[in-house]
Amino acid sequence: MQIDAELIERLSILARIRLDETQNQALRQDIAAILQLVDQLQQVDTEGVEPMAHPLEIAQPVRTDQVTETDQRASFQPLAPAMEDGLYLVPRVVE
Amino acid sequence: MMRANLTLEAIREGGLDLQAVSDYYRQRIDAYDDRIGAFVTRTDVADETGLPIAYKDIFCTEGVATTCSSRMLEHFVPPYSATVVEKLEQAGFSSLGKLNMDEFAMGSSNESSVHGPCKNPWNTDCVAGGSSGGSAAAVAAGLVPVALGTDTGGSIRQPAAFCGVTGIKPTYGRASRYGIVAYASSLDQAGVLARTAADCAWVLERMCGHDPKDSTSLDEPVPRWSDNLEQPVSGLKIGVVRQWFGEQVDQGLVQVVKTALAQLEDMGAELVDIDLPELAWSIPAYYVIASAECSSNLSRYDGVRYGYRCQDPKDLQDLYSRSRSEGFGDEVKRRILLGTFALSAGYYDAYYRKAQQVRRLIHDGFKRALEQVDVLAGPTTPTTGFALGSVQDPVTMYQADINTVAVNLAGLPGMSVPCGFSEGMPVGLQLVADHLQEGRLLALAHQYQQQTDWHLAVPAWLEGEA
Repeated sequence: MQIDAELIERLSILARIRLDETQNQALRQDIAAILQLVDQLQQVDTEGVEPMAHPLEIAQPVRTDQVTETDQRASFQPLAPAMEDGLYLVPRVVE
Repeated sequence: MMRANLTLEAIREGGLDLQAVSDYYRQRIDAYDDRIGAFVTRTDVADETGLPIAYKDIFCTEGVATTCSSRMLEHFVPPYSATVVEKLEQAGFSSLGKLNMDEFAMGSSNESSVHGPCKNPWNTDCVAGGSSGGSAAAVAAGLVPVALGTDTGGSIRQPAAFCGVTGIKPTYGRASRYGIVAYASSLDQAGVLARTAADCAWVLERMCGHDPKDSTSLDEPVPRWSDNLEQPVSGLKIGVVRQWFGEQVDQGLVQVVKTALAQLEDMGAELVDIDLPELAWSIPAYYVIASAECSSNLSRYDGVRYGYRCQDPKDLQDLYSRSRSEGFGDEVKRRILLGTFALSAGYYDAYYRKAQQVRRLIHDGFKRALEQVDVLAGPTTPTTGFALGSVQDPVTMYQADINTVAVNLAGLPGMSVPCGFSEGMPVGLQLVADHLQEGRLLALAHQYQQQTDWHLAVPAWLEGEA
């Protein structure tokens, strides 16, 4: 498994985490080392084994179709870094 | 009579004045915590009449900063409290504050905290363990009698072992995860750290229970564990897991654990050798799954609605990627990138799906073993608390969890019980039971604690009056 700068760059874009050259290099080494650890899994015979996502395998419960959420804008929005008129502010997206 | 190893049970049954108790802990935190670093926010007030408790800084507490020891949430004040926090408030608890942890629960030493490391009360040049380092250290130092932590790969059990306190992670789904900042949703579970199994039982039965706001919460009645601690040890079958005594485990520590097991045998238990070869895959399977889930869970931190935002973002992409780059520490970034990789097209089957298959093999191995024995046992950790700064390489740090992660993969309940010292540092005995069998663990630990006093030991410098 080739861990090169290009792969790390691609991952950093997918994960929306900006990396400078030094960080890219450090992560290249770290990820390569971790993947070496993780590649051990390839040795395990998992033929016919069903993947397990949840340890107790319960089914997703359903709830009654009833409105329970209320407008809590007043308590949530003070947490925002930038707000105006009840709207979250971000840099202009649409020209 | 108040002393550093006071238990919640003694406070309640001794009819101690709760205001005096809260003053006592407040003075101890004032006197000692600057040398330990367990508390990151204090909410203790004079004239408090609730039972004292403190919460790992991963539990949302309404109106009180909840930082997850990260720059990303350094100024985050939740508008609501976690379900388990509300339940314990209803049960009469008042919080003394929020406790230090590894950033976003990713770590085994409490060194990756934006608030600085949490030190081990037994040797302040050593780590408290992680990620619930603050919780373990606060109880060990007698700053609070009980604390809540979370455990995704060992983060309650490992620091409990390093600090010489009792810690329990219940069956996955027993305690609601609503209001607990998510790391790896199929592995995370809240639990208790305290001096005694009896205290763990009392708190645990009040915090567990079905919560409709957590769709992974089990709809199972919560037993009165604290009423059922007097189960006899004789006849109990304890499976000694060979893989937990592997060559990576320090031999001095192994001797301490073997002595504890011999004591349980004297108390009437039958020791059975158990071979679980699947455990060899625990660490790689865990790190793929946990990283994959964390990459998804941490994608909500975008600098828009709450949390850290970078200065002068030039466009939306820059806002996201710089806020996240500046807001997250190195270990968090590593795990997010690893998880992104494991889930990405072309690699999903080879990494994530493969790890989920191995997870089933590990789970099935445990279930087979637990048909033969009542409880599994071994050392909680391969070493005692290591020196601060001594483990720099991520892969080496991951190996610290070698005995604990498989328990989360299988969703089983697990405990660490103080069982002695090796070269002056505490050693923990790990006990694991089948799903929903926390009672077996608590009763066995309680019986062991009637015959031993490791769990009551206090470091000499912390024994005095504050």
